[in-house]
Amino acid sequence: MTAVTDTIAAISTGMNQGGIGVIRVSGSEAVSIVDSLFVPKKKGKEIRNLDSYTATYGNIVENDGKENKIIDEVIVLVMKAPCTYTREDVVEIDCHGGAFVMQQIMKLLIKKGARIAEPGEFTKRAFLNGRLDLSQAESVMDLISAKSEIAAKTAISQLKGNLRYEIENMRKELIHHIAYIESALDDPEHYSLDRFSDTLDKILVKKEKEISHLIQTAEDGKLLKEGIRTVISGKPNAGKSSILNVLMGRERAIVTEIAGTTRDTLEEFICIKGIPLNIVDTAGIHNTEDVVEKIGVDKSLAAMEEADLILYIVDSSIPLDKNDYQIMDKLQDRQVIVLQNKSDLKNVTTQSDILKHLNKKIIPISAKEQTGFEELYEELKNMFFHGEVSYNDEICITSMRQKEALEQALASVRMVRKSIADGMPEDFYSIDLMAAYERLGYIIGEAVEDDLVDTIFREFCMGK
Amino acid sequence: MNTIQEKYDAIVVGAGHAGCEAALALARLGFETIIFTVSMDSVAMMPCNPNIGGSSKGHLVREVDALGGEMGKNIDKTYIQSKMLNQSKGPAVHSLRAQADKAEYTRQMRMTMENTEHLTLRQAEVSEIMTETENGRLAVKGVKTRSGAAYYAKVVILCTGVYLKARCIYGDVVNHTGPNGLSAANDLSDSLVKNGIPLRRFKTGTPARIDKRSIDFSKMEEQKGDETIVPFSFTNREEDIKREQISCWLTYTNEETHTIIRNNIDRSPLFSGAIEGTGPRYCPSIEDKVMKFADKDRHQVFVEPEGEFTNEMYIGGMSSSLPEDVQYAMYRSVPGLENARIVRNAYAIEYDCISALLLKPSLEFKEVEGLFSAGQMNGSSGYEEAAAQGLMAGINGARKLQGKEAVVLDRSQAYIGVLIDDLVTKETKEPYRMMTSRAEYRLLLRQDNADLRLTEIGYEIGLIDEERYSKFCKKRELIEREISRLNETMVGANSKVQEFLEENGSTTLKTAASLADLIKRPELSYEQIAPLDSERQMLYETPFYQEAITKEVIEQINIELKYDGYIRRQKSQVEHFKKLEKKKIPDDIDYEQIHNLRKEARQKLNAIRPENIGQASRISGVSPADISVLLIYLKEFH
Repeated sequence: MTAVTDTIAAISTGMNQGGIGVIRVSGSEAVSIVDSLFVPKKKGKEIRNLDSYTATYGNIVENDGKENKIIDEVIVLVMKAPCTYTREDVVEIDCHGGAFVMQQIMKLLIKKGARIAEPGEFTKRAFLNGRLDLSQAESVMDLISAKSEIAAKTAISQLKGNLRYEIENMRKELIHHIAYIESALDDPEHYSLDRFSDTLDKILVKKEKEISHLIQTAEDGKLLKEGIRTVISGKPNAGKSSILNVLMGRERAIVTEIAGTTRDTLEEFICIKGIPLNIVDTAGIHNTEDVVEKIGVDKSLAAMEEADLILYIVDSSIPLDKNDYQIMDKLQDRQVIVLQNKSDLKNVTTQSDILKHLNKKIIPISAKEQTGFEELYEELKNMFFHGEVSYNDEICITSMRQKEALEQALASVRMVRKSIADGMPEDFYSIDLMAAYERLGYIIGEAVEDDLVDTIFREFCMGK
Repeated sequence: MNTIQEKYDAIVVGAGHAGCEAALALARLGFETIIFTVSMDSVAMMPCNPNIGGSSKGHLVREVDALGGEMGKNIDKTYIQSKMLNQSKGPAVHSLRAQADKAEYTRQMRMTMENTEHLTLRQAEVSEIMTETENGRLAVKGVKTRSGAAYYAKVVILCTGVYLKARCIYGDVVNHTGPNGLSAANDLSDSLVKNGIPLRRFKTGTPARIDKRSIDFSKMEEQKGDETIVPFSFTNREEDIKREQISCWLTYTNEETHTIIRNNIDRSPLFSGAIEGTGPRYCPSIEDKVMKFADKDRHQVFVEPEGEFTNEMYIGGMSSSLPEDVQYAMYRSVPGLENARIVRNAYAIEYDCISALLLKPSLEFKEVEGLFSAGQMNGSSGYEEAAAQGLMAGINGARKLQGKEAVVLDRSQAYIGVLIDDLVTKETKEPYRMMTSRAEYRLLLRQDNADLRLTEIGYEIGLIDEERYSKFCKKRELIEREISRLNETMVGANSKVQEFLEENGSTTLKTAASLADLIKRPELSYEQIAPLDSERQMLYETPFYQEAITKEVIEQINIELKYDGYIRRQKSQVEHFKKLEKKKIPDDIDYEQIHNLRKEARQKLNAIRPENIGQASRISGVSPADISVLLIYLKEFH
């Protein structure tokens, strides 16, 4: 089954100055490559002699032909195939020399025969090597099969509402006019092209504007958004953080912090059952006079406004109060799952108490006992597959490509307008109309592209 | 018991437009071939419209000709009117159509067949397909006729047209015959089913034929043929085939016609349920049109001669299965037909055919080795569609016997490729008719360049002889040479040039330009810029040019240069398409093992077993996401 054999290496954590960073090496040569650079503190602890899942301590050295020059002091963890993330031999190097040193080590690894991994290549290998039942490979597989199911149900939009909707509408309009031209060519008796070019030109002027606008938003970076924006909300002490910790803890292996986020709220990216969530942990919402706290509360409310999905935590061990009612008022028309936390304690607030104010799905849960989470995951999956919540994965996957596609679509629309201006016969319009239609299709995954597969893995779950 | 047993290389069942092409191709490639027909008088019969070609169908005929088929040559011999349609549109949709002398068309084709070496014509009804199991696979062995005679061959091509269990219907009259009262083939269907080939029921229809003497042509618009005749066959020149043409006539239905139809629609066998077969949406009966386009107050009616030596006129646009009395009433409501005397009634015909999803792109049955199928049997409609498939089935039958790989044209090469790919990939729920809109790359698939696209292939197959091929090569070379010369020859912005441009209503030059640049201007052409092309006259006097510079060559130069930008863009679309076509799917792929495919996609892929990713992506029910999954699987595990 294994088709890939070369050894890849990547820095898999952020390269902040001074912190500990991890370099991962995967492939059949992973052990021997790292071994050739590593001198253990204790004799006999050479990497080649280590058992799987054991660590050793020593130096990464560079041999200039005369002597070993120490590059960094590191801990090396060896994991042997097949029980690894990629199902290949994996060596992890925990270094603490900061960004420059990590780059040095990468250079050495490459000199010894490793190759810089493409973004997402570890995950790709995990997937390709048939590690289907384990955390992240499973997530990727789920994601891929989820895509198929979604594509089957046109009602479900993967993209965050507006953009997909807009592109779909543009495509619909284009295909309508293409179809009209074609019908007129095949059945001129019943479909007339008189004055058609004027009508079409007007429509294309509009399309030009719309596509240009989208390109502009792409440039602004507004489209870059990963996963379903999920906000955990509730009054203070309802158990938000502990629930978040369980969510993160369970899926620790596939949690990354979104790099470069400038938001004040803490965001985490997590894949549950293959569904990517962007979890925003917010400050508890309550009435407060404290100025600093109020800023936090306002931010929480704003985050809720923007969310695709809200996990509303109710502390069922105490009665509902005005803080809860204030939150529930804001949740009426939103996608919400109510988590009735502390179900391990005495049940003071019942489901019917909540239902009186908020008619949403309620799941009893206990962060402490870690119960109710499976039900939560199931519900998430249900909502996702029924299109109640959606995310713009294509946008985060392929933003550059998308921008390119939009630009090509724009160019094609302009070509059609030029054909109209040049007085070309109508059958020429279809060539560029169709090109625009196809290009827009790439953005929302409605047109087949042979390099899409690589693109998915290249951009998906960066650095994993 | 009948003890007659004969052995051939190949057998063709049915001598319609598909069968004739298939049999000729096989015999011309040297294979002993026998072709069966229910009547020797119905060889290449045109039981419906009296024309060959038309929008996109004309393309098919020219492609058939470029590959070495017969239809183009036969219509050139027998046309009584010729027209290039859509001349106001771009060159991609120019389509050649000729009115045929039906009887003459049949006679000429029959004569060609009768005089082809290795070809035997036999009047007999084939009633049974004989098969055997070879290495665990079903393979065809031959056929039996109704008399019990057995004919053995490794290749059998079914071109049964509309004859399988045919029923002709109008009103409440049902005749269990093929067209024109010819006998239907009633036994073969059962034999096919026994061999695991499921059948379905399609229908089509034809209008009445009316006595010319009863028509008042003064109430109709005359439709003359073109002054300039473009032959269908690339082997003919205009002067070879130019002849006097006969006119067609145009008239219209009106509200009265529509009222008659609406008032009697309950007497239509379609309405009463007497017809079960699915009819073609794109070749609708007049009652379909009246119901579908309720807001149209009239429909075109083309009155076309059936031949030079007959008074029968074909009433195009008014096919019907309404009862005889309603037919009279509705035809007589049309201006010019007030006193019409019907010679033959309009009728619908219903017949058994297969779903072409059972076929490989070579037109061989996936499950029966050596058995091929072409024409209306595959769910298509039209003479040209049939001929195109017949030719390809014949070629691929021969390739099979030669042990060579099948010839499969793709969608960027030919309308034939589009036709067959659509048939074997998409579920056609009604008789399939070729249309320009079905061809994605039609600017490249023009009728004028069919020879440039396909002669090479025809030559490799062996249906284009050396003489024709070397002539073709010269033409191709000359076009290329002239185009590059025109691109390289610059003219300056001197007074002679500027004067010329002004005279021809073209803007003057600011800097030097190539002759090609000038030809690209809509108001100019290759012919027009002759005064600026100082080399031309000298070149024309060289032997190479003298022989080859024809109006067809000049047409190519004009088109290639004028539409250069569009052609290039279309070619880049083709490149993308080819990438997917080149990704082959192995024969032994097990879709059950690819868990991430959706169930529907898996079922469809399993049923159709596409040959490559491109074909897979065109299957309805297989989504782009499924294709991604398939791509990953193929890339990494194969």
